[in-house]
Amino acid sequence: MADGNGRVGIKEAVTGMAGHLRKSQVWNSIFRPGSPMRSDNSDSPRNRSYVVMNNVLYHLHPVKVKRHGVRLSYTLCLGGLSFFLFILLTITGIFLMFYYRPTSPQAYFDMQALATDIAFGQLVRNMHRWGAHVMVLTVFLHMTRVFYHGAYKPPREFNWVVGIVLLLLTLLLSFTGYLLPWDQLALWAVTVGSNMAAYTPVFGDQVTFALIGGIQITADTLLRWYVLHVLFLPFIIVIFMAVHFWRVRKDGGLSGPL
Amino acid sequence: MPQLPEHLLRRSAEAKAKAQGRPVEEILAEMKGEEAPAAPAQGTGDRDQVTGGEGRDLDAEAGKYGVPRPLLERAMFARAKADGTAVPAMAGAPAEQAAAVSSQASAAAAVAAPAAPVGPPPGVRTQRLLTVVKAGAIQGTGTEPQDKVNVWPHLLAIEFVALLAMLAFLTLLSAYVDAPLLEFANFNEQPNPSKAPWYFLGLQELLAYFDPQVAGVIIPGFGVAALAFIPYIDRNPSIRPADRKFAISLFTVFFVGASVLTIFGSFFRGPGFNFVFPWTDGIFFDDLRTILE
Repeated sequence: MADGNGRVGIKEAVTGMAGHLRKSQVWNSIFRPGSPMRSDNSDSPRNRSYVVMNNVLYHLHPVKVKRHGVRLSYTLCLGGLSFFLFILLTITGIFLMFYYRPTSPQAYFDMQALATDIAFGQLVRNMHRWGAHVMVLTVFLHMTRVFYHGAYKPPREFNWVVGIVLLLLTLLLSFTGYLLPWDQLALWAVTVGSNMAAYTPVFGDQVTFALIGGIQITADTLLRWYVLHVLFLPFIIVIFMAVHFWRVRKDGGLSGPL
Repeated sequence: MPQLPEHLLRRSAEAKAKAQGRPVEEILAEMKGEEAPAAPAQGTGDRDQVTGGEGRDLDAEAGKYGVPRPLLERAMFARAKADGTAVPAMAGAPAEQAAAVSSQASAAAAVAAPAAPVGPPPGVRTQRLLTVVKAGAIQGTGTEPQDKVNVWPHLLAIEFVALLAMLAFLTLLSAYVDAPLLEFANFNEQPNPSKAPWYFLGLQELLAYFDPQVAGVIIPGFGVAALAFIPYIDRNPSIRPADRKFAISLFTVFFVGASVLTIFGSFFRGPGFNFVFPWTDGIFFDDLRTILE
């Protein structure tokens, strides 16, 4: 423990403190039995089960999965990556909310300020935008993967329908976020998109009016889509995600093997 | 008596032997319905003195079937009374008691007559193994055991690596390529071409071919409905690709069609949404403008 001078070196001191910390009541109250973070953990089938079972992870994963399911080539992790991207978009989105006002023209100025005034502002905005594009891709590819594995067949029929709802909600989330920079790209892309809604038979005008909060896109649309983007749609999609994940477990986990 | 595993039978016999103070082998043999072993019985007197003849040996039956002797006696009396026959002689029962019973003077008193005091010492409660329900006997699951692996570490490690890879990819992309930000929104100046977000460009491409009612409403509406109803339309239970050639072909047509339309709308449409070759006329696709530049 001590060096030649009888003093305790920094490395030993840190190691000793870490050892004490990992044996403390606080540490053991955070990490439940079986966790690899605990000092008394050993690798055994029982403790491997506890890592999942004694953990909030148990809401997402069973203790064991079919062997073919852990092969990366089976799922390509697309569903998991979609969920991770949703979390990443929530985190970066909350960051952006601190610096963004959904009014005209402040919205556009705030976008410029993100690029010039705010630490990591541009990086976080980039991650939010690219991440959103990638999420649309992963959700769509996840659906394709599920189809080719026939994983929508009984008893998983309803979870496929929930998945289609999640795909639509992902598209809506991306579309509502598209307007928020309030630049030429946002304005006219949304104009083109919402013009399509006007072709809805019988009550096309009413649909458009409810969607953009007026006869044409204005600053009111910006506020409306902002609330949809940061509150309403995330709230709805989280509910559907909860059902989706729960049904994956209840319907017997991964389908297959083929 | 159902077939019990040997070790459970033995455990039960040991417990019983301890409670009654009798040798284990004897009780075990009784339980199996065999003859008692030749070893001298050291148990309590009258219970073990089995007499032959036509009489019933209630003690042996009690041991064999696991039914308490008083219950056996009561059943015997009840049957005798119902049939109007004489009660068979009971081995191990006091003679005067049997005589009283056979005269049917007071059957109830005979039943109530206390047997020889056997059993655990006062204050000790014993428990008896009633039966063993074998797994699957009552509730069959019908599932085959499957080849499974622990989620930790096998699945979680892969997921964590995938998560890190995605995070690294997005961080690097975001560090080098900025998200597009064009000029301030201007209602009086429509850019040419005006394109929807890329995931709607397949629909916008359809608008170039069909009436807006068809391309904007009917095709996407029926498309989404058809997607959602796939599990209820496709009744084929097999998930083997060889059995699903039609379904796979149809979905592949949809997938390739949607991809081609989206790519066309993104890269092959220029001013006025007219057809262009991206390698000669340039790319008119603002979503990826900063990446492509």
